[in-house]
Amino acid sequence: MTMKFLVCISKAPDTTSRIAFTEGDTKFDSNGVQFIVNPYDEWYALVRALELKEQHGGTVTTVTVGEADCDPVIRKALAIGADDAVRIDAQPQDALHVASLIANHAKDAGYDVILCGKETIDHNGSVVGGMVAEMLDLAYISLAITLDLEGGKAHAKREASGGLETVEATMPVVVSAAKGMAEQRIPNMRGIMAARTKPLNVEAPEGGTLGTTVSRFEMPPAKGDCKMVSADQPEELIRLLREEAKVL
Amino acid sequence: MNCLAFVPTKNGQATKAGLEALSYAKRCGATVTALMIGELNGDGGAGAAGASKVLHIEEHIQDEGQIARAVAAAADSEGATLVVAPHDHRGRAVAPRVAVRMGAGMVPGVTGVIEGSEVKKNVFSGKAMAHIQLSAGKNVLTTTPNAFGVDSDGSIAAVEAFAADVGEARLVVKGYEASSEDGSIPLPEASRVVSAGRGLKGPEHWGIVEELAQTIQATMACSRPVSDMGWRPHHEHVGQTGITIRPDLYIAAGISGAIQHLAGVNQSKVIVAINTDPEAPLFKAADYGIVGDAFEVLPQLTEAIKTMG
Repeated sequence: MTMKFLVCISKAPDTTSRIAFTEGDTKFDSNGVQFIVNPYDEWYALVRALELKEQHGGTVTTVTVGEADCDPVIRKALAIGADDAVRIDAQPQDALHVASLIANHAKDAGYDVILCGKETIDHNGSVVGGMVAEMLDLAYISLAITLDLEGGKAHAKREASGGLETVEATMPVVVSAAKGMAEQRIPNMRGIMAARTKPLNVEAPEGGTLGTTVSRFEMPPAKGDCKMVSADQPEELIRLLREEAKVL
Repeated sequence: MNCLAFVPTKNGQATKAGLEALSYAKRCGATVTALMIGELNGDGGAGAAGASKVLHIEEHIQDEGQIARAVAAAADSEGATLVVAPHDHRGRAVAPRVAVRMGAGMVPGVTGVIEGSEVKKNVFSGKAMAHIQLSAGKNVLTTTPNAFGVDSDGSIAAVEAFAADVGEARLVVKGYEASSEDGSIPLPEASRVVSAGRGLKGPEHWGIVEELAQTIQATMACSRPVSDMGWRPHHEHVGQTGITIRPDLYIAAGISGAIQHLAGVNQSKVIVAINTDPEAPLFKAADYGIVGDAFEVLPQLTEAIKTMG
Protein backbone atom coordinates (compact mmCIF):
# COMPACT_ATOMS: atom_id res chain seq x y z
CA MET A 1 0.00 0.00 0.00
CA THR A 2 1.53 3.28 -1.02
CA MET A 3 1.35 6.27 1.24
CA LYS A 4 0.54 9.92 0.66
CA PHE A 5 2.64 12.22 2.80
CA LEU A 6 2.09 15.94 3.34
CA VAL A 7 4.91 17.90 4.96
CA CYS A 8 4.25 21.42 6.25
CA ILE A 9 7.18 23.66 5.37
CA SER A 10 7.70 27.09 6.82
CA LYS A 11 10.18 29.81 5.91
CA ALA A 12 12.30 30.99 8.86
CA PRO A 13 15.22 33.36 9.35
CA ASP A 14 18.60 31.59 9.46
CA THR A 15 19.61 30.65 13.01
CA THR A 16 22.53 33.12 12.94
CA SER A 17 20.31 36.09 11.93
CA ARG A 18 20.51 39.34 13.80
CA ILE A 19 16.97 40.00 15.00
CA ALA A 20 15.64 43.55 14.50
CA PHE A 21 12.26 45.21 13.92
CA THR A 22 10.93 48.11 11.83
CA GLU A 23 7.79 50.26 11.52
CA GLY A 24 7.64 51.12 15.21
CA ASP A 25 8.67 47.60 16.27
CA THR A 26 5.62 46.07 14.57
CA LYS A 27 7.37 44.22 11.73
CA PHE A 28 10.33 41.86 11.54
CA ASP A 29 13.20 43.56 9.71
CA SER A 30 14.06 41.10 6.96
CA ASN A 31 16.76 43.39 5.57
CA GLY A 32 19.89 41.33 4.97
CA VAL A 33 18.31 38.25 6.55
CA GLN A 34 18.91 34.88 4.93
CA PHE A 35 15.78 32.71 4.98
CA ILE A 36 15.93 28.94 5.32
CA VAL A 37 13.50 26.05 5.60
CA ASN A 38 12.52 25.93 9.26
CA PRO A 39 15.03 23.38 10.65
CA TYR A 40 12.47 21.13 12.36
CA ASP A 41 10.41 20.99 9.14
CA GLU A 42 13.43 20.19 6.98
CA TRP A 43 15.82 18.08 9.02
CA TYR A 44 13.24 15.89 10.70
CA ALA A 45 9.72 16.09 9.19
CA LEU A 46 10.68 16.19 5.51
CA VAL A 47 13.57 13.74 5.69
CA ARG A 48 11.56 11.19 7.69
CA ALA A 49 8.70 11.48 5.17
CA LEU A 50 11.19 10.74 2.37
CA GLU A 51 12.61 7.75 4.26
CA LEU A 52 9.10 6.36 4.86
CA LYS A 53 8.24 6.89 1.20
CA GLU A 54 11.38 4.96 0.20
CA GLN A 55 10.24 2.17 2.52
CA HIS A 56 6.52 2.02 1.66
CA GLY A 57 6.25 3.74 -1.72
CA GLY A 58 4.08 6.78 -2.30
CA THR A 59 4.43 10.52 -2.70
CA VAL A 60 5.71 13.39 -0.58
CA THR A 61 4.01 16.74 -1.09
CA THR A 62 5.00 19.87 0.79
CA VAL A 63 2.62 22.66 1.73
CA THR A 64 3.59 26.20 2.62
CA VAL A 65 1.43 29.17 3.53
CA GLY A 66 3.16 32.23 2.14
CA GLU A 67 3.73 34.58 -0.74
CA ALA A 68 6.12 34.21 -3.68
CA ASP A 69 9.13 35.06 -1.49
CA CYS A 70 8.77 31.52 -0.06
CA ASP A 71 9.54 29.87 -3.41
CA PRO A 72 13.33 29.55 -2.85
CA VAL A 73 12.86 27.57 0.39
CA ILE A 74 10.13 25.46 -1.27
CA ARG A 75 12.58 24.65 -4.12
CA LYS A 76 15.11 23.63 -1.46
CA ALA A 77 12.57 21.14 -0.06
CA LEU A 78 11.99 19.82 -3.59
CA ALA A 79 15.76 19.52 -4.09
CA ILE A 80 16.01 17.43 -0.93
CA GLY A 81 13.50 15.05 -2.47
CA ALA A 82 9.84 16.07 -2.16
CA ASP A 83 7.83 15.15 -5.27
CA ASP A 84 5.73 18.26 -5.55
CA ALA A 85 4.82 21.36 -3.59
CA VAL A 86 1.77 23.43 -2.82
CA ARG A 87 1.99 27.09 -1.86
CA ILE A 88 -1.14 28.65 -0.45
CA ASP A 89 -0.82 32.22 -1.55
CA ALA A 90 -1.40 34.21 1.64
CA GLN A 91 0.76 36.11 4.10
CA PRO A 92 0.67 33.93 7.24
CA GLN A 93 -1.06 35.79 10.10
CA ASP A 94 -1.15 33.51 13.10
CA ALA A 95 -1.20 29.77 13.85
CA LEU A 96 -4.99 29.48 13.52
CA HIS A 97 -4.85 31.19 10.13
CA VAL A 98 -2.04 28.94 8.85
CA ALA A 99 -3.64 25.78 10.26
CA SER A 100 -7.05 26.52 8.73
CA LEU A 101 -5.51 27.09 5.28
CA ILE A 102 -3.51 23.85 5.52
CA ALA A 103 -6.56 21.93 6.78
CA ASN A 104 -8.64 23.27 3.89
CA HIS A 105 -6.02 22.09 1.44
CA ALA A 106 -5.72 18.66 3.07
CA LYS A 107 -9.32 17.86 3.86
CA ASP A 108 -10.24 15.95 0.70
CA ALA A 109 -6.74 15.15 -0.55
CA GLY A 110 -6.42 11.75 1.11
CA TYR A 111 -3.10 12.17 2.91
CA ASP A 112 -2.13 9.26 5.15
CA VAL A 113 0.44 11.16 7.20
CA ILE A 114 0.73 14.92 7.71
CA LEU A 115 4.07 15.94 9.21
CA CYS A 116 5.26 19.26 10.56
CA GLY A 117 8.25 20.40 12.60
CA LYS A 118 7.70 20.66 16.35
CA GLU A 119 7.79 24.47 16.12
CA THR A 120 9.15 27.25 13.92
CA ILE A 121 12.26 29.01 15.15
CA ASP A 122 10.71 32.48 14.69
CA HIS A 123 7.35 32.30 16.48
CA ASN A 124 8.13 29.18 18.54
CA GLY A 125 4.45 28.27 18.59
CA SER A 126 4.20 24.47 18.44
CA VAL A 127 0.54 24.93 17.58
CA VAL A 128 -0.18 24.39 13.87
CA GLY A 129 0.05 20.56 13.92
CA GLY A 130 -2.43 20.18 16.77
CA MET A 131 -4.85 22.62 15.17
CA VAL A 132 -4.69 20.85 11.79
CA ALA A 133 -5.37 17.53 13.54
CA GLU A 134 -8.41 18.92 15.32
CA MET A 135 -9.76 20.61 12.19
CA LEU A 136 -9.43 17.35 10.23
CA ASP A 137 -10.55 15.23 13.21
CA LEU A 138 -7.39 13.11 13.17
CA ALA A 139 -5.05 11.64 15.77
CA TYR A 140 -2.02 13.80 16.61
CA ILE A 141 1.39 12.64 17.82
CA SER A 142 3.27 15.67 19.09
CA LEU A 143 7.03 15.99 19.67
CA ALA A 144 7.79 12.62 18.06
CA ILE A 145 11.44 11.56 17.85
CA THR A 146 10.79 8.34 15.93
CA LEU A 147 8.06 7.43 13.45
CA ASP A 148 7.25 4.12 11.77
CA LEU A 149 4.16 2.94 9.88
CA GLU A 150 2.87 -0.58 10.16
CA GLY A 151 -0.50 -2.27 9.88
CA GLY A 152 -2.41 0.95 9.28
CA LYS A 153 -0.99 2.48 12.44
CA ALA A 154 1.69 5.02 13.22
CA HIS A 155 4.17 3.96 15.88
CA ALA A 156 6.29 6.61 17.56
CA LYS A 157 8.35 7.53 20.53
CA ARG A 158 7.69 11.03 21.76
CA GLU A 159 9.10 13.41 24.33
CA ALA A 160 7.30 13.32 27.64
CA SER A 161 8.28 15.02 30.86
CA GLY A 162 11.60 13.46 31.86
CA GLY A 163 11.36 10.56 29.45
CA LEU A 164 9.98 9.02 26.32
CA GLU A 165 6.52 7.64 25.67
CA THR A 166 5.89 4.90 23.12
CA VAL A 167 2.59 5.57 21.35
CA GLU A 168 0.47 4.05 18.64
CA ALA A 169 -2.03 6.09 16.62
CA THR A 170 -4.69 5.35 14.05
CA MET A 171 -3.98 6.63 10.54
CA PRO A 172 -4.45 9.09 8.91
CA VAL A 173 -2.37 10.93 11.49
CA VAL A 174 -0.73 14.30 12.09
CA VAL A 175 2.79 14.16 13.54
CA SER A 176 5.06 16.93 14.84
CA ALA A 177 8.74 16.07 14.47
CA ALA A 178 11.35 16.79 17.14
CA LYS A 179 15.12 16.41 17.04
CA GLY A 180 16.30 12.87 16.41
CA MET A 181 13.60 11.70 13.96
CA ALA A 182 16.00 11.78 11.00
CA GLU A 183 19.40 12.99 9.84
CA GLN A 184 19.68 16.15 7.77
CA ARG A 185 20.04 15.52 4.00
CA ILE A 186 22.13 17.87 1.89
CA PRO A 187 20.61 18.21 -1.60
CA ASN A 188 22.94 17.03 -4.40
CA MET A 189 23.31 18.63 -7.83
CA ARG A 190 20.86 16.18 -9.41
CA GLY A 191 18.27 17.05 -6.78
CA ILE A 192 18.79 20.76 -7.29
CA MET A 193 18.41 20.41 -11.08
CA ALA A 194 15.31 18.22 -10.72
CA ALA A 195 13.74 20.69 -8.27
CA ARG A 196 13.57 23.35 -10.98
CA THR A 197 11.01 21.37 -12.97
CA LYS A 198 9.03 19.73 -10.17
CA PRO A 199 5.47 21.06 -9.77
CA LEU A 200 5.02 24.01 -7.39
CA ASN A 201 1.29 24.60 -7.40
CA VAL A 202 0.03 27.92 -6.13
CA GLU A 203 -3.43 27.73 -4.58
CA ALA A 204 -5.67 30.65 -3.65
CA PRO A 205 -6.33 30.86 0.09
CA GLU A 206 -9.69 29.45 1.12
CA GLY A 207 -11.11 30.36 4.52
CA GLY A 208 -8.46 31.28 7.07
CA THR A 209 -9.62 32.58 10.42
CA LEU A 210 -7.58 34.81 12.70
CA GLY A 211 -7.32 34.46 16.48
CA THR A 212 -4.56 36.84 17.54
CA THR A 213 -2.41 39.68 16.18
CA VAL A 214 1.07 40.87 17.16
CA SER A 215 0.78 44.45 18.37
CA ARG A 216 4.51 45.02 18.78
CA PHE A 217 7.88 43.37 19.29
CA GLU A 218 10.38 44.19 21.98
CA MET A 219 14.06 43.37 22.43
CA PRO A 220 15.09 41.85 25.77
CA PRO A 221 16.73 44.27 28.22
CA ALA A 222 20.51 44.61 27.77
CA LYS A 223 22.51 42.37 30.06
CA GLY A 224 24.81 43.98 32.63
CA ASP A 225 28.55 43.29 32.68
CA CYS A 226 29.85 39.86 33.50
CA LYS A 227 31.48 39.81 36.92
CA MET A 228 34.78 37.93 36.62
CA VAL A 229 36.05 35.70 39.38
CA SER A 230 39.61 34.43 39.52
CA ALA A 231 40.03 30.72 38.71
CA ASP A 232 41.79 30.09 42.03
CA GLN A 233 38.86 31.49 44.07
CA PRO A 234 35.99 29.05 43.57
CA GLU A 235 34.68 29.90 47.07
CA GLU A 236 34.20 33.50 45.94
CA LEU A 237 31.93 32.40 43.07
CA ILE A 238 29.87 30.22 45.42
CA ARG A 239 29.59 33.13 47.87
CA LEU A 240 28.36 35.47 45.09
CA LEU A 241 25.83 32.90 43.87
CA ARG A 242 24.54 32.50 47.41
CA GLU A 243 24.62 36.03 48.80
CA GLU A 244 24.39 38.32 45.76
CA ALA A 245 22.47 36.33 43.15
CA LYS A 246 20.66 34.19 45.74
CA VAL A 247 20.37 31.20 43.42
CA LEU A 248 22.21 28.63 45.52
CA MET B 1 -13.43 36.22 34.21
CA ASN B 2 -13.74 32.46 34.57
CA CYS B 3 -10.77 30.33 33.68
CA LEU B 4 -10.42 26.60 33.13
CA ALA B 5 -6.89 25.35 33.72
CA PHE B 6 -5.78 21.97 32.39
CA VAL B 7 -3.46 20.65 35.12
CA PRO B 8 -1.49 17.48 34.25
CA THR B 9 -0.81 15.09 37.12
CA LYS B 10 1.90 12.62 38.03
CA ASN B 11 1.45 10.05 40.80
CA GLY B 12 -1.72 11.75 41.99
CA GLN B 13 -0.18 15.22 42.30
CA ALA B 14 -0.33 18.22 39.97
CA THR B 15 2.94 18.67 38.06
CA LYS B 16 5.00 21.78 38.77
CA ALA B 17 4.25 23.08 35.26
CA GLY B 18 0.53 22.48 35.95
CA LEU B 19 0.68 24.39 39.24
CA GLU B 20 2.44 27.25 37.47
CA ALA B 21 -0.42 27.40 34.96
CA LEU B 22 -2.89 27.65 37.87
CA SER B 23 -0.92 30.39 39.63
CA TYR B 24 -0.66 32.24 36.35
CA ALA B 25 -4.43 32.16 35.77
CA LYS B 26 -5.06 33.42 39.32
CA ARG B 27 -2.56 36.25 38.84
CA CYS B 28 -4.44 37.24 35.67
CA GLY B 29 -7.37 37.95 37.99
CA ALA B 30 -9.47 34.95 36.99
CA THR B 31 -11.64 32.63 39.06
CA VAL B 32 -9.92 29.36 38.29
CA THR B 33 -11.28 25.82 37.96
CA ALA B 34 -8.74 23.06 37.45
CA LEU B 35 -9.42 20.03 35.27
CA MET B 36 -7.39 17.03 36.43
CA ILE B 37 -7.38 13.56 34.89
CA GLY B 38 -6.44 10.17 36.32
CA GLU B 39 -5.16 9.24 39.79
CA LEU B 40 -5.54 12.16 42.22
CA ASN B 41 -4.63 12.51 45.91
CA GLY B 42 -6.98 15.04 47.54
CA ASP B 43 -6.92 18.13 45.33
CA GLY B 44 -3.40 17.25 44.11
CA GLY B 45 -2.10 20.60 45.38
CA ALA B 46 -4.32 22.61 43.00
CA GLY B 47 -6.16 24.64 45.68
CA ALA B 48 -3.02 26.15 47.20
CA ALA B 49 -1.77 27.21 43.76
CA GLY B 50 -4.95 29.08 42.84
CA ALA B 51 -7.83 26.74 41.93
CA SER B 52 -11.18 27.41 43.64
CA LYS B 53 -12.49 24.09 42.42
CA VAL B 54 -11.18 20.89 40.85
CA LEU B 55 -13.10 18.97 38.19
CA HIS B 56 -11.82 15.42 38.21
CA ILE B 57 -12.06 12.72 35.56
CA GLU B 58 -11.03 9.45 37.15
CA GLU B 59 -10.45 7.50 33.94
CA HIS B 60 -6.82 7.93 32.88
CA ILE B 61 -7.45 9.17 29.33
CA GLN B 62 -4.23 9.72 27.41
CA ASP B 63 -5.21 10.57 23.82
CA GLU B 64 -4.84 14.35 23.73
CA GLY B 65 -7.71 14.53 21.26
CA GLN B 66 -9.94 13.08 24.01
CA ILE B 67 -8.34 15.30 26.67
CA ALA B 68 -9.05 18.34 24.49
CA ARG B 69 -12.73 17.37 24.28
CA ALA B 70 -12.84 17.08 28.06
CA VAL B 71 -11.13 20.46 28.52
CA ALA B 72 -13.48 22.19 26.09
CA ALA B 73 -16.52 20.58 27.77
CA ALA B 74 -15.28 21.66 31.22
CA ALA B 75 -14.62 25.20 29.98
CA ASP B 76 -18.13 25.29 28.58
CA SER B 77 -19.74 24.04 31.81
CA GLU B 78 -17.77 26.62 33.86
CA GLY B 79 -18.54 29.48 31.46
CA ALA B 80 -14.79 29.99 31.03
CA THR B 81 -13.58 32.51 28.48
CA LEU B 82 -9.94 31.70 29.27
CA VAL B 83 -8.27 28.30 29.13
CA VAL B 84 -4.74 27.92 30.48
CA ALA B 85 -2.43 24.89 30.18
CA PRO B 86 1.30 24.45 30.68
CA HIS B 87 3.50 24.70 27.58
CA ASP B 88 4.93 21.25 28.30
CA HIS B 89 4.67 18.12 26.15
CA ARG B 90 1.06 17.49 27.23
CA GLY B 91 -0.19 21.07 26.97
CA ARG B 92 1.38 21.49 23.55
CA ALA B 93 -0.67 18.57 22.27
CA VAL B 94 -3.92 19.50 24.03
CA ALA B 95 -4.18 23.30 23.85
CA PRO B 96 -4.20 23.81 20.04
CA ARG B 97 -7.06 21.31 19.76
CA VAL B 98 -8.99 23.07 22.53
CA ALA B 99 -8.55 26.43 20.76
CA VAL B 100 -10.03 24.98 17.55
CA ARG B 101 -12.94 23.34 19.41
CA MET B 102 -13.77 26.57 21.25
CA GLY B 103 -13.18 28.91 18.30
CA ALA B 104 -10.68 30.67 20.54
CA GLY B 105 -7.53 32.67 19.88
CA MET B 106 -4.38 30.97 21.07
CA VAL B 107 -1.05 32.21 22.40
CA PRO B 108 1.48 29.46 23.15
CA GLY B 109 4.28 29.88 25.69
CA VAL B 110 3.26 33.13 27.36
CA THR B 111 5.83 34.79 29.65
CA GLY B 112 3.70 37.54 31.23
CA VAL B 113 0.21 37.97 32.72
CA ILE B 114 -2.61 39.39 30.59
CA GLU B 115 -2.44 43.20 30.64
CA GLY B 116 -5.49 44.86 29.13
CA SER B 117 -6.04 42.56 26.19
CA GLU B 118 -2.36 41.89 25.56
CA VAL B 119 -0.05 39.11 26.58
CA LYS B 120 3.68 38.68 26.13
CA LYS B 121 5.59 35.74 24.69
CA ASN B 122 9.14 35.02 23.57
CA VAL B 123 9.82 34.83 19.85
CA PHE B 124 12.91 34.12 17.75
CA SER B 125 13.99 31.54 20.32
CA GLY B 126 14.25 34.09 23.12
CA LYS B 127 16.09 36.72 21.08
CA ALA B 128 13.00 38.97 21.23
CA MET B 129 9.53 39.25 22.78
CA ALA B 130 6.17 39.86 21.14
CA HIS B 131 3.11 41.57 22.63
CA ILE B 132 0.10 39.69 21.30
CA GLN B 133 -3.35 41.20 21.06
CA LEU B 134 -6.10 38.82 22.12
CA SER B 135 -8.82 39.68 19.65
CA ALA B 136 -11.15 36.71 20.06
CA GLY B 137 -13.88 36.47 22.72
CA LYS B 138 -12.30 33.30 24.12
CA ASN B 139 -8.61 32.59 24.47
CA VAL B 140 -6.33 29.64 25.11
CA LEU B 141 -2.88 30.32 26.60
CA THR B 142 -0.03 27.96 27.46
CA THR B 143 2.44 29.02 30.15
CA THR B 144 6.20 28.74 29.70
CA PRO B 145 7.61 26.40 32.38
CA ASN B 146 9.71 28.18 35.04
CA ALA B 147 8.51 31.62 33.94
CA PHE B 148 6.08 32.24 36.80
CA GLY B 149 6.76 30.12 39.85
CA VAL B 150 4.09 28.48 41.98
CA ASP B 151 1.97 30.44 44.49
CA SER B 152 0.90 28.63 47.61
CA ASP B 153 -1.69 29.92 50.08
CA GLY B 154 -2.36 26.64 51.88
CA SER B 155 -6.00 26.32 50.78
CA ILE B 156 -7.56 23.13 49.55
CA ALA B 157 -10.03 23.07 46.67
CA ALA B 158 -13.24 21.05 46.56
CA VAL B 159 -13.05 18.16 44.10
CA GLU B 160 -16.06 17.31 41.92
CA ALA B 161 -16.30 14.35 39.57
CA PHE B 162 -16.65 15.44 35.97
CA ALA B 163 -17.91 13.48 32.99
CA ALA B 164 -17.65 14.39 29.33
CA ASP B 165 -18.23 12.66 26.03
CA VAL B 166 -14.66 12.30 24.80
CA GLY B 167 -15.25 9.92 21.90
CA GLU B 168 -13.00 7.06 20.84
CA ALA B 169 -9.27 6.91 21.58
CA ARG B 170 -7.16 7.09 18.41
CA LEU B 171 -3.84 7.30 20.24
CA VAL B 172 -2.69 4.76 22.82
CA VAL B 173 0.33 5.11 25.10
CA LYS B 174 2.08 1.73 25.07
CA GLY B 175 5.02 2.46 27.33
CA TYR B 176 7.21 4.97 29.10
CA GLU B 177 10.93 5.04 29.74
CA ALA B 178 12.55 7.63 31.97
CA SER B 179 15.47 9.30 30.22
CA SER B 180 17.55 9.65 33.38
CA GLU B 181 18.07 6.82 35.84
CA ASP B 182 18.73 9.25 38.68
CA GLY B 183 15.25 10.76 38.44
CA SER B 184 16.58 14.33 38.12
CA ILE B 185 14.11 17.09 37.26
CA PRO B 186 13.39 17.38 33.50
CA LEU B 187 15.37 20.20 31.86
CA PRO B 188 12.45 22.54 31.03
CA GLU B 189 11.37 22.49 34.69
CA ALA B 190 14.80 22.45 36.35
CA SER B 191 15.70 25.45 38.49
CA ARG B 192 19.43 24.68 38.28
CA VAL B 193 21.28 23.39 35.23
CA VAL B 194 24.95 22.45 34.77
CA SER B 195 25.94 22.23 31.12
CA ALA B 196 29.12 21.39 29.26
CA GLY B 197 30.43 21.57 25.72
CA ARG B 198 33.26 20.52 23.45
CA GLY B 199 35.76 22.00 25.91
CA LEU B 200 35.42 18.77 27.88
CA LYS B 201 37.16 16.94 25.04
CA GLY B 202 35.28 13.63 25.34
CA PRO B 203 32.34 11.81 26.91
CA GLU B 204 34.64 10.05 29.38
CA HIS B 205 35.17 13.37 31.19
CA TRP B 206 31.53 13.99 32.12
CA GLY B 207 32.02 12.72 35.67
CA ILE B 208 33.10 16.17 36.88
CA VAL B 209 29.95 17.71 35.36
CA GLU B 210 27.78 15.09 37.01
CA GLU B 211 29.43 15.59 40.42
CA LEU B 212 28.81 19.34 40.41
CA ALA B 213 25.23 18.80 39.19
CA GLN B 214 24.55 16.29 41.96
CA THR B 215 26.11 18.51 44.61
CA ILE B 216 23.82 21.44 43.80
CA GLN B 217 20.78 19.30 42.78
CA ALA B 218 21.01 20.46 39.19
CA THR B 219 19.97 18.78 35.93
CA MET B 220 22.65 18.17 33.30
CA ALA B 221 22.63 19.66 29.81
CA CYS B 222 25.02 19.99 26.88
CA SER B 223 25.70 21.98 23.71
CA ARG B 224 24.67 20.87 20.22
CA PRO B 225 28.10 19.60 19.02
CA VAL B 226 28.28 17.38 22.08
CA SER B 227 24.91 15.73 21.36
CA ASP B 228 25.63 15.58 17.60
CA MET B 229 28.89 13.73 18.28
CA GLY B 230 26.98 11.31 20.48
CA TRP B 231 28.90 12.21 23.66
CA ARG B 232 25.61 12.94 25.38
CA PRO B 233 21.97 12.06 24.54
CA HIS B 234 19.87 14.41 22.36
CA HIS B 235 17.46 15.18 25.18
CA GLU B 236 20.26 17.03 27.03
CA HIS B 237 20.89 19.43 24.11
CA VAL B 238 19.90 22.98 25.04
CA GLY B 239 19.87 25.69 22.37
CA GLN B 240 17.84 27.01 19.48
CA THR B 241 17.22 23.61 17.90
CA GLY B 242 17.26 21.74 21.21
CA ILE B 243 15.48 22.49 24.44
CA THR B 244 14.87 26.06 25.57
CA ILE B 245 15.37 26.45 29.31
CA ARG B 246 14.98 29.22 31.88
CA PRO B 247 16.41 27.98 35.18
CA ASP B 248 17.40 30.23 38.09
CA LEU B 249 21.01 29.17 37.62
CA TYR B 250 22.75 28.04 34.41
CA ILE B 251 26.39 27.00 34.70
CA ALA B 252 28.13 26.41 31.35
CA ALA B 253 31.61 24.93 31.17
CA GLY B 254 33.62 24.64 27.98
CA ILE B 255 30.80 26.13 25.86
CA SER B 256 31.85 29.10 23.72
CA GLY B 257 28.30 30.43 23.43
CA ALA B 258 27.34 30.54 19.75
CA ILE B 259 24.20 32.58 19.04
CA GLN B 260 22.17 29.36 18.61
CA HIS B 261 23.23 28.16 22.05
CA LEU B 262 22.46 31.51 23.67
CA ALA B 263 18.97 31.47 22.15
CA GLY B 264 18.14 28.42 24.23
CA VAL B 265 19.55 29.62 27.54
CA ASN B 266 19.50 33.42 27.65
CA GLN B 267 16.25 33.48 29.64
CA SER B 268 18.08 31.96 32.62
CA LYS B 269 18.04 34.25 35.65
CA VAL B 270 21.76 33.86 36.37
CA ILE B 271 24.35 32.55 33.91
CA VAL B 272 27.83 31.43 34.95
CA ALA B 273 30.41 30.92 32.19
CA ILE B 274 33.59 28.87 32.62
CA ASN B 275 35.94 28.91 29.64
CA THR B 276 39.66 28.98 28.90
CA ASP B 277 39.08 31.60 26.20
CA PRO B 278 38.41 35.05 27.71
CA GLU B 279 36.93 36.13 24.34
CA ALA B 280 34.25 33.39 24.37
CA PRO B 281 30.89 35.01 23.44
CA LEU B 282 29.19 33.36 26.40
CA PHE B 283 30.94 35.80 28.77
CA LYS B 284 28.93 38.62 27.14
CA ALA B 285 25.68 36.90 28.09
CA ALA B 286 26.89 35.73 31.49
CA ASP B 287 26.46 37.30 34.92
CA TYR B 288 29.52 35.63 36.42
CA GLY B 289 32.56 34.27 34.67
CA ILE B 290 35.72 32.33 35.38
CA VAL B 291 38.49 32.21 32.79
CA GLY B 292 39.91 28.80 33.47
CA ASP B 293 40.06 25.16 32.60
CA ALA B 294 36.82 23.28 33.23
CA PHE B 295 38.89 20.24 34.27
CA GLU B 296 40.18 22.24 37.23
CA VAL B 297 37.35 24.69 37.92
CA LEU B 298 34.44 22.21 38.03
CA PRO B 299 35.98 19.91 40.70
CA GLN B 300 37.07 22.99 42.68
CA LEU B 301 33.51 24.35 42.67
CA THR B 302 32.16 20.97 43.81
CA GLU B 303 34.78 20.84 46.54
CA ALA B 304 34.10 24.45 47.63
CA ILE B 305 30.38 23.78 48.03
CA LYS B 306 31.06 20.64 50.05
CA THR B 307 33.51 22.38 52.40
CA MET B 308 31.40 25.54 52.75
CA GLY B 309 28.38 23.38 53.62
